[in-house]
Amino acid sequence: MFDRRLVVNFDWVLLLTVLFLAGVGIVNLYSATASWHSATPIYMKQVLWLAGGVMIALTICLFDYRHLEHFAVHSYIVSAGLLVFVLTLGKTTMGATRWIDLGFFNLQPSEVIKIAIILLFSRIFSQTASFLGYGFLELWKPFLWLLFPVVLILKQPDLGTATMVVFIALTMLLFAGLKRGTMVLLCFIGLLTAVAGWFGLHDYQRARIRTFLNPEADPLGSGYHIIQSKIAVGSGGFWGTGFLHGTQSQLSFLPERHTDFAFSVFAEEWGFSGCFVLLFVYLFLIVWGLYVARRAADRFGMFLAIGVTAMIFWHIVVNLGMVIGLLPVVGVPLPLFSYGGTSMVTTMIGVGLLMNVSMRRFMF
Amino acid sequence: MGLDVKWIELPAVQRRFLFYSAAATLVFMLLLLRLWYLQVIHYEELQERSVRNRTRVLSLEAPRGPIYDRHGTLLVDNRPSFQISVMRQEVENRSLLFQNLSDLLEIETQELENRWKAGQGFPIYRPVPLATDVSWDAMEKVQEHGVDLPGILTEVRPIRDYLDQGSTAHLIGYLGEITEDELARKNFAQYRAGDFIGKTALERNYEDYLRGHKGKRLVEVDVQGKLLRQLQVESSRPGNKIFLTLDRELQQVTDEAFGDQSGAAVAMNVHTGEILAIASRPTFNPALFAKGIGSKEWRELAHDKRHPLQNKVIAGQYPPGSTFKMVVALAALRDGIATQKRIIDCKGDFEVGGSRYRCWKKDGHGPTDLKKALRESCDVWFYQVGLELGIDKLSQAAKEFGLGAIVGYPLPGERAGVIPSQEWKRKNYNKPWYAGETVIASIGQGFVLATPMQLAVMTAALANNGKVLKPQVIQKIEDWDGNVLLESEPEVVRQIDYDPKAWKAVRDGLIAVVNEPRGTGHAARLDHITVAGKTGTSQVVRRKSDEEEEEEKAGEVPYRFRPHALFVAYAPAENPEIAVAVVVEHGQSGGRAAGPVAKKIIERYMELKTP
Repeated sequence: MFDRRLVVNFDWVLLLTVLFLAGVGIVNLYSATASWHSATPIYMKQVLWLAGGVMIALTICLFDYRHLEHFAVHSYIVSAGLLVFVLTLGKTTMGATRWIDLGFFNLQPSEVIKIAIILLFSRIFSQTASFLGYGFLELWKPFLWLLFPVVLILKQPDLGTATMVVFIALTMLLFAGLKRGTMVLLCFIGLLTAVAGWFGLHDYQRARIRTFLNPEADPLGSGYHIIQSKIAVGSGGFWGTGFLHGTQSQLSFLPERHTDFAFSVFAEEWGFSGCFVLLFVYLFLIVWGLYVARRAADRFGMFLAIGVTAMIFWHIVVNLGMVIGLLPVVGVPLPLFSYGGTSMVTTMIGVGLLMNVSMRRFMF
Repeated sequence: MGLDVKWIELPAVQRRFLFYSAAATLVFMLLLLRLWYLQVIHYEELQERSVRNRTRVLSLEAPRGPIYDRHGTLLVDNRPSFQISVMRQEVENRSLLFQNLSDLLEIETQELENRWKAGQGFPIYRPVPLATDVSWDAMEKVQEHGVDLPGILTEVRPIRDYLDQGSTAHLIGYLGEITEDELARKNFAQYRAGDFIGKTALERNYEDYLRGHKGKRLVEVDVQGKLLRQLQVESSRPGNKIFLTLDRELQQVTDEAFGDQSGAAVAMNVHTGEILAIASRPTFNPALFAKGIGSKEWRELAHDKRHPLQNKVIAGQYPPGSTFKMVVALAALRDGIATQKRIIDCKGDFEVGGSRYRCWKKDGHGPTDLKKALRESCDVWFYQVGLELGIDKLSQAAKEFGLGAIVGYPLPGERAGVIPSQEWKRKNYNKPWYAGETVIASIGQGFVLATPMQLAVMTAALANNGKVLKPQVIQKIEDWDGNVLLESEPEVVRQIDYDPKAWKAVRDGLIAVVNEPRGTGHAARLDHITVAGKTGTSQVVRRKSDEEEEEEKAGEVPYRFRPHALFVAYAPAENPEIAVAVVVEHGQSGGRAAGPVAKKIIERYMELKTP
């Protein structure tokens, strides 16, 4: 199992990049929660989550990822089962039923399904992709595989995560190749779904979109987050207000600043220059992920890498977009940055898979 | 699976990597562009906004719903009060601040420290109250010396105002600060620390109706915390209006009639069960609790031997004494044991199983029929009849009238009283029932216990031909637009079945009690209307022997051993409308102490009726 080649080809670049991002995230959390008092400070908890996550990632590196191809369908079925389970017996908080209470921690099946979909689609695409590209009718199987969990997630309701799953799947699909006509058709269907979706959305979700377009209309209610975030980000200026000196954060005007809006805290305190560096490192992570995909020893590994990279990419883009006012607030965390065990673990599972593919690129 | 070199080396596929990388870079550049837009282009504007923009969402307290009597007379309202609070993050030198404040307001610095600590759980931007309900002068002083008191602000808060100063304290209840345990509960999700909620009785059970809807103020303050401008206001909505069935005039009369005595009184509408007056004495002033009661005052109230905090109307369990005789009479009539005409010779005592039981009239009443037995409250007549009836039949009849179980008073705290039976004795004492116990139960003593509320319901049932009614305290609840949210309807718990002749016989007896010369209840007699009623004198301790009684006659019986005085009544006898039950603790004579209270209530009731 511990082939010397594995150790030689261990992907230090990836690990260090991830640790750097997570480290900056922890420092940022320290500032974001500086005015809070609790038995264990938030940033300390995040350190523990990170440590746990790294353990998980390293554990995932221990076995040959090709074994996962066998278990792709199993993992999908288990995850889908958990999604059904959570709808019937899950914990309901604030109108959404997303978690299963396992006592010492809460399991969020919608996170698990992200990984399961990546595994499953990697298996499907690696086995059936051809240079001709997929025709529309050939997609019925993956479509159904995708539809089932997405519908369940929407029922929770969790629009943000549902969107993430769809984007990840589409990214992988696009990479696998589509016939031109099919691509046009899919775009068209996408448009129709968006329109139909508008009518299917819950009131509060529609309200969110309206608020996004005009946050000043409801500064006390739904517009509050967006307005505060923009102010925080903008008042960072070029050089930032300085560590622990962001007034919007320290005086608690920025809500959710340890989770969804953690980046706003960073932007306020480190300014454009800090954001530039951070975004650069995130972009580096994405491009490196694609590089791992390109070097992968087989198609399955390649698609795994694409899927994981897509997952990280879309989370970054949607969260950042939300924070700077380009997208409506949908509650998607920034990987490695937002506080949260669930997000950290899911991301690190992805990173683990990526490292796994990367270090076995010469194995066969 | 496996190596598919051909596909992956296709230039088309290789291009995709490049394409994806380029696309990702493009997206990130868009994000950076947007960041540039916010952080460089609009920097000044947003920076200014952040400095000026210490927006605070301040909660606007909603006035609690007012409580009225049935005619719309205000009983409980809110009044504005001044509260001195502190914005914690603006305090740099706390000891100096508290010193200054202490001098101005004449409050101990320790007290201020305690309040500061109590507000630890508040979010940082929420002011912590340091002094509540301060005087106008104090408020002015604080305003004048604003410069010396950085971080201190004056808030205007509504505070509960009890216009009747405690007359209805047991019915309405009082408020208190919400506790941590309560905050954790689901139904208190809308509340924050420092809120006052109903803790007892009406204020508590109807909290949802009475609590208004908090408003919000979005305000802009500058670096020094001064209000720059108000951005938006969502006004608060006051709580709903509750109209009680109570009649304030009758309630006032009850207060006057009681004077300093302890006890309980309740007046009820005979057909609907609506409670027109309800008084438990001594009472307390709920205003003590409205701004947070001190522990010393609380202890005093809790340890007062006359139990001012207890609602004696529903929770005071007394032996009903002779007021119970109406049930015995009815049961005997139904069972055929007695008719109206049955004569029993009362010689002053009665022997059963080797024990002697005496009539209150030492020498006896002589030959006595039902009417005389009720009128003059002859114990021996009832001993005899009760014994023949047997405790179980008696028990059943009493329970039909609602005794021995809670009658359904809509607010918490009701006690059930006790109606013994053979089974009851076995269950509770593991002993058989003795005939002597039936005897004393027949005059409402021994194990028998009832609350004044039960006695009122019982009396009303006698007056309205057997409808046992559920007591109603709320007439209706309205919102401020005039919409009726709740309206009470009379509820008949049970319909008791007796022959009309039986009802009449007992009623005639009760009319005689008040209106005929030898009636024990002549103190309640009124000129213009016929009052029907029954006196009761219930022993607090067992009847003493002759010797002990002689001894005590020499000196006064200590207060706590004096018997309770009871009186139940309804009027007008021909067409009853109102039923009353009065207990004067340790009043000694039902007729002399409790009768006049009932009389005054009924009198006033009739006065109010004539326009």
